[in-house]
Amino acid sequence: MIMNTTAEHLGLDVERIRPQFPILNELVHGRPLVYFDNAASGQKPLRVIEAVDGYYRRINANVHRGVHTLSNLATEAQEAAREAVRDHINAKHAHEVVFTAGTTASLNLAAYSLGQLLLKPGDEVLITGMEHHANIVPWQLACERHGAVLKVVPVTEQGELDLAGIPGQARTDGPFTDRTKVLAISHVSNTLGTINPVKELVAEAKRHGTTTVVDGAQAVPHLSVDVQDLGCDLYAFSGHKMYAPTGIGVLYGREELLERMPPWQSGGEMIDRVTFEKTTYAKLPFKFEAGTPHIAGIVGLGEAVRWMHDAGMAAMAAQELALLEHATKELLQIDGLRIIGTAAKKVGVISFTIEGVHHYDLGTLLDQQGIAVRTGHHCTQPLMDRFGVNGTTRASFAPFNTLAEVDALVAAARRAVKLLR
Amino acid sequence: MQETSTLAQAQQEVVDEFAMLSDWQDRYEQLIEQGKDLALIAPEHKVDGNLVRGCQSRVWLHAAYRASAPPGTGTIHFTADSDALITKGIVALLVRVYNDRSPQEIIGASTEFIDRIGLREHLSPNRANGLSAMIDQMKRYALAYTG
Repeated sequence: MIMNTTAEHLGLDVERIRPQFPILNELVHGRPLVYFDNAASGQKPLRVIEAVDGYYRRINANVHRGVHTLSNLATEAQEAAREAVRDHINAKHAHEVVFTAGTTASLNLAAYSLGQLLLKPGDEVLITGMEHHANIVPWQLACERHGAVLKVVPVTEQGELDLAGIPGQARTDGPFTDRTKVLAISHVSNTLGTINPVKELVAEAKRHGTTTVVDGAQAVPHLSVDVQDLGCDLYAFSGHKMYAPTGIGVLYGREELLERMPPWQSGGEMIDRVTFEKTTYAKLPFKFEAGTPHIAGIVGLGEAVRWMHDAGMAAMAAQELALLEHATKELLQIDGLRIIGTAAKKVGVISFTIEGVHHYDLGTLLDQQGIAVRTGHHCTQPLMDRFGVNGTTRASFAPFNTLAEVDALVAAARRAVKLLR
Repeated sequence: MQETSTLAQAQQEVVDEFAMLSDWQDRYEQLIEQGKDLALIAPEHKVDGNLVRGCQSRVWLHAAYRASAPPGTGTIHFTADSDALITKGIVALLVRVYNDRSPQEIIGASTEFIDRIGLREHLSPNRANGLSAMIDQMKRYALAYTG
């Protein structure tokens, strides 16, 4: 309750935020929607929906190509969005913001390009045991291509990183070796909600000459991310988890590194001069933006960032923490409920199992009661193996969620358990 | 028992049972009960090779062809299990309707009864839902035993 007062003190009025999300008026199975699947995909405020609509209605045209008015307006809107994103993550330059299709595309770009640039046989790529498949598989492929080795930082019972626990390495050595070329780590775990000590790890990586890639997909909706303060080389995130449309994402990169990295996808827009003998590439960020971009998505992302700024990042985070605290306390009252992920620093994500209840059954019966949660392995199968479960039920919060909705979840879960036991 | 009713009649029987239940809790309770009535699958058939792909919960489905006197009149006997109760109920309903039918009857069967018992959402192409994968698997077994 103290936290909730804090959210209010910070200027967040949940009852004024809710009407900004049209989807919250929907009924599911005849009941008001309770949306607790925000970590899978966030809902969109009216301002973002209208920005996308307005783009198509008034200025739709291809960017950076035309001499005509609409093309210029579309280009201006896109580049204004890039500047808004730059400001939001405090990048030094707007051209360090590369637009991609999403976090998955950003990480594939990073793994492909850094693999080409850095990896030699016997080199190591360091990831963690709580990564999303999107931050595992691209690195596995890069390691296969270049004969490198994938190393994994284990996860503790609380869902935190055991930085000294890498198999085959002395605990006193820490996670890095002189062969660690890349550290690829999630800022926030999608399954556990754990906030990882990225700044400290990046600093240590630098001392070993290791290039750092951060998967920020689950961090950007909740935390004020400052890429210069973190000091990382690359930072990947998606728009759709932070109030923006689907199909748009960002790869932030330090200018000096992006200049050295070879392009990933190629085609139009990313070139300077093409002959059949030799092609030279466009300057940043266009070297990494082949083809016509998702302009409407970019415009929507820019508006989402402005909306987050107006709503207040600290106030939204305080509301989410109040929800997390309340849900943790109330859910634990359910007999046989186990929370997976009890780290000291978490965002508003709560994963749990209930003894004798399959997550699929629980998710289905919650849906019947209008409550949307995610069930399954959350694209983190190695992490499920670590905790010895075949899946969890995950509730993930947004600032438009209320404590009463958390109570509804707990009551609905009890009803489901009664049916299932 | 089942020899006397057609597949379509068995479907209608299920539809009639569910029609009496207006409340979602009663419907799911009924579904879970169906699962409890499902005959146990033999341990040697509860293996990875019999897992139905496309289900968030695990579903094992085994089919055996039972030949009979005039050639081409054999039927397929299904056994199944799942680690989730609702999924087990769904597969139990399918086994009840499709069990001991000729391959031709299984292949030709409509799946419209699923819609009529209020379980249509389980037919969506969402990767988490395995109902359509189960029906596809049953039809694939049937296809393998024709011709």
